[in-house]
Amino acid sequence: MSTDHSTAAQVPDARGYFGRFGGRFIPEALVAAVEQVAEEYEKAKADPAFAAELEALNRDYTGRPSALTDVRRFSGLAGGARILLKREDLNHTGSHKINNVLGQALLTRRMGKTRVIAETGAGQHGVATATACALFGLDCTVYMGEVDTQRQALNVARMRMLGAEVVAVKSGSRTLKDAINEAFRDWVANVDSTHYLFGTVAGPHPFPMMVRDFHRVIGQEARAQVLERTGRLPDAVVACVGGGSNAMGIFHEFIPDTGVRLVGCEAAGEGVDTSRHAATLTKGSPGVLHGARSYMLQDEDGQTVESHSISAGLDYPGIGPEHSWLKDTGRAEYRPVTDDQAMQALLQLSRTEGIIPAIESAHALAGALELGRELGPDAVILVNLSGRGDKDMHTAAEYFGLLDDPGREPGAPSDRAVATEADEKAGK
Amino acid sequence: MTVTTTPNTAAPTRLSAALAAARAEGRAALVGYLPAGFPTVEGGIRAARALVEGGCDAVEIGLPHSDPVLDGPTIQTADDIALRGGVRIADVLRTVREVAAAVDAPVLVMTYWNPVDHYGAARFAADLAAAGGAGCILPDLPVEESGEWRAAAAEHGLDTVFVVAPSSRDDRLAQITAAGSGFVYAAAVMGVTGTRNQVGHLAEDLVKRTKAATDLPVCVGLGVSTAEQAAQVAAFADGVIVGSAFVQRLLDAGEDEEAGLAAVRALAADLAAGVRRR
Repeated sequence: MSTDHSTAAQVPDARGYFGRFGGRFIPEALVAAVEQVAEEYEKAKADPAFAAELEALNRDYTGRPSALTDVRRFSGLAGGARILLKREDLNHTGSHKINNVLGQALLTRRMGKTRVIAETGAGQHGVATATACALFGLDCTVYMGEVDTQRQALNVARMRMLGAEVVAVKSGSRTLKDAINEAFRDWVANVDSTHYLFGTVAGPHPFPMMVRDFHRVIGQEARAQVLERTGRLPDAVVACVGGGSNAMGIFHEFIPDTGVRLVGCEAAGEGVDTSRHAATLTKGSPGVLHGARSYMLQDEDGQTVESHSISAGLDYPGIGPEHSWLKDTGRAEYRPVTDDQAMQALLQLSRTEGIIPAIESAHALAGALELGRELGPDAVILVNLSGRGDKDMHTAAEYFGLLDDPGREPGAPSDRAVATEADEKAGK
Repeated sequence: MTVTTTPNTAAPTRLSAALAAARAEGRAALVGYLPAGFPTVEGGIRAARALVEGGCDAVEIGLPHSDPVLDGPTIQTADDIALRGGVRIADVLRTVREVAAAVDAPVLVMTYWNPVDHYGAARFAADLAAAGGAGCILPDLPVEESGEWRAAAAEHGLDTVFVVAPSSRDDRLAQITAAGSGFVYAAAVMGVTGTRNQVGHLAEDLVKRTKAATDLPVCVGLGVSTAEQAAQVAAFADGVIVGSAFVQRLLDAGEDEEAGLAAVRALAADLAAGVRRR
């Protein structure tokens, strides 16, 4: 398997461009603040004390390294291909988001700022941010679309428990896109005291690069773990993509391993041939949204089109610019996964392995099942299990009819049917 | 890409001429903003004409955007009404054409970068110039990313007005004002559009620093809504920009279009008196 080290380290360039994607499209009022973030990040990168402090937090607070789990019964559903899960769901706060948040919280302290704002979709980034703010004694305001505060109510309670103010955003589509708009408005007005702790690999330079760097630990650990466990590199690395942070985190270390396929699973909602999806790379076109040029869902006039996904964390009409670059260069491939496919995969992992994934991560699992059937039983597939599903029990209970409700027929296939199918395919 | 900024040796643009005329009268200019398509395309055209009928020296026509990250609730609401009403870029250009034909004042477009980028910078500049537009304000297009747009604008004789903010350092003020033309838009406060009780104390310092960097006129916007504030700003700036207060008049009037237009004219007249107060 060949290894090509010539590409990954070179992006972005000094202006934040990954090929034709990225850049810094921001109002003048934010230029000084964004430049300060970029300068402070460069200084921090060169400071061994920063790296040491972050490493200690990752180990002692988050619980890194996260486990690598062989899921043999679940693999049976994929035609026998060996599926390995990188268990970011086991991190403190329940998802990969904490990796980036701790890095940026340290940066906030270095910049002498006392207040943090964040956007959140599923609430995982918001919870991680509220957590770090509690740990570091920072004021915290989290913007969350009103639709998402309802479908992720548990996370709203968690953020408030941690002392954060949660603002339900009622403008536009009332989801992640509009939460980001509102956070930018707050930042413009409060930039002296406030750091915008952006939660994904999108936004103006340096956020796509910096957030990626804080998540690279996922791929660094996973690559070594897979080599140790299997004696070889995986055939494919699979992750869900909304803004794209968990995918970039696990992909990045593998970019030079040109024999390893990098597969991003984006939310196809009710189908990419309907208007209700969030398949930015499959159906979008290049444009400027939230400070960077990247693929986005837009109409003929360059107005952003509202996205849809059953998972709040993937319900976003944009994508990080490095993913757009990886798509255009062909180094990564992106495939759509529908709401129904993701929910089936969620149920299947729960019933075959006793692991309840987040609906976001279930998109990657559905993609891995499909890929496993294509690659055959000798394949090794690494999946980033980016988050746990506790927060999604309300949505899952409604989807599958899991709660006792005298007025309604249960919608879930019986547990025996699913488990038996899995057992049969696993050869038990 | 080498981009020539609008040379001082060329004939003054309509925008420069309008600001110079105000200066010749020993007063600040009044610039009014309303989004196209609000409350309807036709109603928006009439409202923009009312700005000038009431006393505005220049008009900014907003091209409504789905993600107006620099706008407060008032203009967000107007943009939302316009977009739900189905306003298209063609309607915005028609608004510019009809307003420019009807009034003796330069008509600018103010919008976010993606609609222009998606339409095509060269095509937008050509169509805006053909419609009689005088220039463009693109507050989320920083000077570093503006080369393509400025080349297109210069080719069609359009001014490019850049925004400066209280957080802009002096070296950036020099860089930005060297690239811009027409006037410099000085943001009075760190924040989004919307009326405020007080014009920030930051505005006067910013105007002073900007004037040290350029000979372009400096107009102040964000938060100005009353004749009193207009007079206060006119004491240290070359122009006063008012947007949300006009939008609010139309929102308050609801279905009663004549009342809305009368309120826009009355506010413009009030502000025009403000910029003339000595």
